[in-house]
Amino acid sequence: MSFDMYQENILDHYENPYHRGTLADPTLEHRDLNPLCGDEVRIQAHIDEQNHLTEAYFDGEGCVISLAAASMLMEEVEGKTLEEIKAMDRQDMLDLLGISLTTMRVKCAMLPLRTLEKAIHLYEAK
Amino acid sequence: MNDTSDTPAQAAFNVEAIRHDFPILARSVNDHPLVYLDSAASSQKPLAVLDAERQYYRTSHANIHRGVYVLSEEATAAYEQAHEQVGDFIHADWDEVIFTKNTTESLNLLAYAWGLSNLQAGDEIVTTVLEHHSNMVPWQQIARRTGATVRYIRVDPQGHLDMEQAAALIGPRVKMVSVAHVSNVLGTINPVDELGRMAHAVGALICVDGAQSIPHMSVDVQALDCDFFAFSGHKMLGPTGIGGLYGKRQLLERMEPFLFGGDMISEVTLEGSSWNDLPWKFEAGTPPIAQGIGLAAAVQYLQNLGMEAVHAYEHSLVSYALEQLRQVHDIEIYGPDADARGGVVAFNLPDMHPHDIASILDQQGVAIRGGHHCAMPLMRSLGVNGTCRASFYVYNTVDEVDTLVEALGETRRILRR
Repeated sequence: MSFDMYQENILDHYENPYHRGTLADPTLEHRDLNPLCGDEVRIQAHIDEQNHLTEAYFDGEGCVISLAAASMLMEEVEGKTLEEIKAMDRQDMLDLLGISLTTMRVKCAMLPLRTLEKAIHLYEAK
Repeated sequence: MNDTSDTPAQAAFNVEAIRHDFPILARSVNDHPLVYLDSAASSQKPLAVLDAERQYYRTSHANIHRGVYVLSEEATAAYEQAHEQVGDFIHADWDEVIFTKNTTESLNLLAYAWGLSNLQAGDEIVTTVLEHHSNMVPWQQIARRTGATVRYIRVDPQGHLDMEQAAALIGPRVKMVSVAHVSNVLGTINPVDELGRMAHAVGALICVDGAQSIPHMSVDVQALDCDFFAFSGHKMLGPTGIGGLYGKRQLLERMEPFLFGGDMISEVTLEGSSWNDLPWKFEAGTPPIAQGIGLAAAVQYLQNLGMEAVHAYEHSLVSYALEQLRQVHDIEIYGPDADARGGVVAFNLPDMHPHDIASILDQQGVAIRGGHHCAMPLMRSLGVNGTCRASFYVYNTVDEVDTLVEALGETRRILRR
């Protein structure tokens, strides 16, 4: 029986997430919903003068896939420029997770990245 | 796990023979036999339904009501006969049954066609917290357009409507009470006859959302004395793309059409038009002919089984499911006891998300639903984001309930809970 989706490293991120919590005075922040299930993710981040993301935190309610994705994403984006983050797509997120997902569950995996990218757009639109 | 002594309802119901009528049940999913426990979302289809549609397309298809040739007359007769079969099933006249796309369209038809011309500022519509979004959002929209207000009957922790509050809410300003016959999440069988009496006592109308009742129990719109009854074909063994709205004749006759176009007119001039007779006044354009014929075959299939027997069998299944699921460690089960519920069981396991549970069950061939079930206000009132939901129909077995319970144990192991 194969349960590719729920590999050990995915469950490790779910149980001991990286940077789950709240950031004081975030430079950018956004909260978004997965309409499929009502799950919710909030992402907050600080950025420096060169537009590097220095620190990002997430919080929310969600399944293993969306929360593990959020944890991995928080690790991945630290030190990247906003341009680099905006260039990340679905495949990048799936590569990060390293598992194969059914179509519906891809939406869960994409929620954190979509939320972060929206936060960046909102910040840049200010 | 299951003792082999069947209940009388299980013994009287030849579920193995029934399963042979549903070709899809023979397939496997992820190398396991399919265990389909999501009939509340959409039921599977028996050969009789597949064959009826196929036969129609192969032998009699043409557009209805206009051609004077044999094919058109055969198609017209079959489509009208489908209205008769459905009317007979719910104890209504054939022309009081309007075919629509599904329950959602039926409720929108009612909200627009009745609501826009009968509601004004100060009027009230009463519905409940446990509704499917399809019996909530249309009324909210019509209320916004007319200045009416929507009020909601609460649900108690056991999943029953607060009937004292209902009595207080249903007052002289109320023009419409629109309530689910059976909750699609909790399975609660709501006292719609009593709510109908309350509505009529203040001069209001009652609409029953029968999407989750008509597949599973006998429905008699005369005995219920409901003014409207909305349902979907695809949840009652029929095809997708067909549903219905029953309305009392005098109410339907007074209502303006919802959609305008071909087949719904009596006469069209450049100055204006007059409307066709019931039910065609509400069935503009070429209707879902094959789907209507498929629905009639589904109704015939259910009539052959007998709705009393269907209900008794499902009651025995859901009782068994509740009994077995209650033994799962730390499980939270929502809704009333088996006697007050249809074939639906919603539950949660601690620290496990419904989507993760549903995904891991799917790996084991078990199809259940995880999420908010289009009932977000009910989820909020239960204090959860979502639940798992297993729902049963005529082709499910006690063995499948056992498979579900075993698969939940496996899920717990995989998620390290």
